[in-house]
Amino acid sequence: MEGVLAQTLASGLLIGFVYALVAVGLTMIFGVMDIVNFAHGEYLMISMYFSYWFFILFGMDPLYSLPAITLIMFGIGIITYYIAIRPIINAPMLSQIFVTFGLLIFLRGVAQFLWKVDYRMIPETLASGNINLAGIYIGRPQLVAAVGAILCYGVILWFLKNTKTGMALEAVAEDKEAARLMGINSNRMFALSWGIGIATVGIAGVLLSTFFYVFPEVGGAFCLIAFVVVALGGFGSVVGAFLAGIIVGLVEVVSGYLIDPSFKFMFVLALYLAVVFIRPQGLMGK
Amino acid sequence: MKKGLVILLVFFAALVIYPFIFKNPFPRHLLIMIMLYGTMGIGWNIIGGYAGQVSFGNAAFFGVGAYTTAILLSKYGINPWIGMLLGCFFSSLVAVIVGYPCFRLRGHYFAIATIAVGEIVQILFTNWEYAGAAVGIYIPILEESFFNFQFHTTKLPYYYIVLAMLAFALLVCYAVEKSRLGYYFRAIKDDPEGARSLGINIQNYKLVAFILSAILTSVCGTFYAMYVLYIHPANTIDLWLSIHLCIIALIGGLGKIFGPVIGAFIFIPLTEFTRVYLGSEGQGIDLIIYALIIILLATLRPQGLWGIFAKSSS
Repeated sequence: MEGVLAQTLASGLLIGFVYALVAVGLTMIFGVMDIVNFAHGEYLMISMYFSYWFFILFGMDPLYSLPAITLIMFGIGIITYYIAIRPIINAPMLSQIFVTFGLLIFLRGVAQFLWKVDYRMIPETLASGNINLAGIYIGRPQLVAAVGAILCYGVILWFLKNTKTGMALEAVAEDKEAARLMGINSNRMFALSWGIGIATVGIAGVLLSTFFYVFPEVGGAFCLIAFVVVALGGFGSVVGAFLAGIIVGLVEVVSGYLIDPSFKFMFVLALYLAVVFIRPQGLMGK
Repeated sequence: MKKGLVILLVFFAALVIYPFIFKNPFPRHLLIMIMLYGTMGIGWNIIGGYAGQVSFGNAAFFGVGAYTTAILLSKYGINPWIGMLLGCFFSSLVAVIVGYPCFRLRGHYFAIATIAVGEIVQILFTNWEYAGAAVGIYIPILEESFFNFQFHTTKLPYYYIVLAMLAFALLVCYAVEKSRLGYYFRAIKDDPEGARSLGINIQNYKLVAFILSAILTSVCGTFYAMYVLYIHPANTIDLWLSIHLCIIALIGGLGKIFGPVIGAFIFIPLTEFTRVYLGSEGQGIDLIIYALIIILLATLRPQGLWGIFAKSSS
């Protein structure tokens, strides 16, 4: 019995790191420009398809295609910003919600059109297999994904705290007007936040594709989880999203284990409601 | 205004005559769906368009209306019209329970909270054995009559019932707009701080808007259950239904009485025709088309298409 619980906690922890990575782009874009990207999960889906097709067409393992896909997703993020987001920066919030929602529907439509609704899976990757850690069986893909997520998080935090561009990003998130007066080009920072935000969710997508089915609607559930993570961590807080991701991962698996797996998602959503009602600023929000 | 009234009367006369011209099932079904979504779109418009609170959870009210009717009829033999009323009651109750805490949230937080609520309601119904769980509920077949809300030989009575619902929804919306309520709702949308300083109890008026929205949507849920005679969580409490309602209101014009009707007249034929003509080959094309419409409208014409029609008719 204890073994099962330990096993459950381990898998919750591992998936929690991936949730954090899915959410970090969402919280970053929100922090920098006050826009919620409702299509965030769809970018995850797109990158999972990239990973799948790189494997099928070129025989490239997801771990090898990861750098290329990250770059592609970065480019897609920048393009999305200039085409869809820039025109509505100063628009009413309703328009902003509808535009990112429109992006969600658009990307799903493209995926359904190109690849139909079939479930696809990369059969075997470098990360496949299990390892036995003191009696706890852990899937290697999950472990690789978790480690990848932690590394990626480390790079993001280093970037934000130690580089000029990263600090400029944080400055824009802090106070747009002041940042503008300091000579920071906020338009470029907005574009950059989309680039980085979509690149990070792209990395999460590639890591997920080593152990998760790919289908056009795969983004939906992850996007909702990312909302919960972002709200729990505090909208705009990068560190908060990391802690929140772990908490959400644990809540999901533990409630699934203790109560019923079919309800686990409900507890995650209920957690969102509890957070925004009781502590709307989240764990680390201002 | 007088001219507007004439146009409205002509419009309704056309709707009344329509089934005498189009006798095939498909065009009638199409109009039934347009009017059903138009009614729900008006319901969404009251909370989303007038009061400015973007709800992605209205499908929950549709589901509560449909399930209340279906459960009462199939388990206790209770008349569907009573089911409709009780559905409105339960939907209002849900609106209050959900709205009371959620209306403290602003903007995105509220929109996401309504997604969470809608999904939670769907998960509950999907796992609720008594309500048929994921399989859903078949409505028992009764003798056809208006009293039983069932018609098998012809769909025509359904057509007129939903037409009456649409007229009712328009009246409700008109009454709201002409009363102080409409004024308060717009104040809440445009300037919540100002509204508060004028002594408007924002919370309560948002709740009123949400309840009206819930009732209009719940009635449609009952209608749908009796029209299709089979309901399950995926065809009633679906996030996509909620999204469609927003799209319909957006296309027509947020906060305009007639907006959702125009939206439904554009959106529903588009969905039906893309489904019929593109079939599985064109899977996804319909989504791409809506997406482009939504993005272009929200970017270039956030006030919807209503203005174009209004200009030519005023």
